[in-house]
Amino acid sequence: MNLSKQTYKKYAEATAEKTPCLKNCIKAFLIGGFICTLAQGFFNLYKYLGIEEETVKSLVPVTLIFIAVLLTGLDIFDDIAKHAGAGTLVPITGFANAVASPAIDTKAEGFILGVGAKIFTIAGSVILYGILSGAIYGVIYYIVKLIMG
Amino acid sequence: MQRGILYPSRKVFVQSSASVVGGHEMKGPLASCFDIHDDKDEFGADTWEKSESEMQRLALNCAISKLGIKDTDIGALFAGDLLNQCAGSNFGLLEFDIPYLGLYGACSTAAEGLVIATLVSGSGYMDRCACVSSSHNCAAERQFRYPIEYGGQRTPTSQWTVTGSGAFIIGKDDIICEGDNQSGAVEISDVMIGRTLDYGITDANNMGAAMAPAAADTLRRYFYESGREPESFGLIVTGDLGFEGSKILRELMKTEGYPIYANHVDCGLLIYNREEQDKHAGGSGCGCSAVTVASYIIDLLRCGKVQDALFVGTGALMSPTSTNQGGSIPGIGHLVHFISHKRDV
Repeated sequence: MNLSKQTYKKYAEATAEKTPCLKNCIKAFLIGGFICTLAQGFFNLYKYLGIEEETVKSLVPVTLIFIAVLLTGLDIFDDIAKHAGAGTLVPITGFANAVASPAIDTKAEGFILGVGAKIFTIAGSVILYGILSGAIYGVIYYIVKLIMG
Repeated sequence: MQRGILYPSRKVFVQSSASVVGGHEMKGPLASCFDIHDDKDEFGADTWEKSESEMQRLALNCAISKLGIKDTDIGALFAGDLLNQCAGSNFGLLEFDIPYLGLYGACSTAAEGLVIATLVSGSGYMDRCACVSSSHNCAAERQFRYPIEYGGQRTPTSQWTVTGSGAFIIGKDDIICEGDNQSGAVEISDVMIGRTLDYGITDANNMGAAMAPAAADTLRRYFYESGREPESFGLIVTGDLGFEGSKILRELMKTEGYPIYANHVDCGLLIYNREEQDKHAGGSGCGCSAVTVASYIIDLLRCGKVQDALFVGTGALMSPTSTNQGGSIPGIGHLVHFISHKRDV
């Protein structure tokens, strides 16, 4: 065929069905918003139950993680995420799913070489670069504080 | 040296074929054509890899029992799948007493197996050969993409790996399955080995675009050498180009001067109700063309509704490691030419 790689790649990209960005954004906003509202609901509930605010701040993410992991195990999370996209990915629910799903997958390969070794296959990047950017931010904050007095 | 269309030295027939599928495939339009299915995709195994092996065992067993022969009546077995080290075939076909060669041709494995089985049976070395190929959605997904329960969003160009296994028994005699008086013999008159082509596609979610040039290349070479026009064939069947790849292939063939709009079908588009079942660009995987050809296409040929069909088994030779290293995805397409001996429809 008289077709260069560049021409073909451009043609294939141009002809490919496009991701419905606007529709996805709206769905992500609504479902993500619902998750955040739900979290705020838990926050109010725990405070109403008389739990200290500092403890509530830990309890709310733990509750969301529990729900996300449970839904992952019940084969429901991916069906929601298929529509939600960033709506489930960005809140802590996405992180929980990213840890739970490889754990389920690799259980058959054993707890050491399977679950243990592969549980952070996806979340590993979040953990590494999360900690790294936290450390860099800490250094910058320290220097700025020194200069500003 | 012969590099184009390869004609077996003696006549070769598809003596028997069998298909085994999972639940999603049974919800598709071809459900009534398949031999064996498990709606839960498990096939009695406790891991997805073992399920895939079991599908291969069931497929070959079914094809053998349709003929009423023993495994020792088969000279050689050519089988492959998508799993690392071809684990699906290696383990699934252990119980058969047949000399075995493992194949890897990505999604083109069904066609690759048919090409080799045709040439070996047609050469006179063996009177009868078998070929089996399979893919399992869950096993492939976790090896090539993400964990099964991972909550990701798939792009519209992505394809759904078919859970299924197809088996064919190819031999020199036109044996028709016992008790089947309506069917005609299906001959494989010639085959063509595809060339690996790399057009720089790096998007692992657009395999159709990666494979289309290879399929077009094989078809173009075939039409050129045979001197036949695309319209002279009953059907031109591609393996798993899906919606994207089929669109591109038809365009490419038009520019090559061999339009195939009238009689082109793609197994990836036949196997699912794409919109209803939310399968994006359609089905893919070794199982996709294997089960569709082993059931639907062979049935059409046996009953004479289609007189001859060109089957191009397409494969995207994708390696997650190379893709991560910035490499592209080469494509391949092997061709098998089926002829129906049923004339009085």
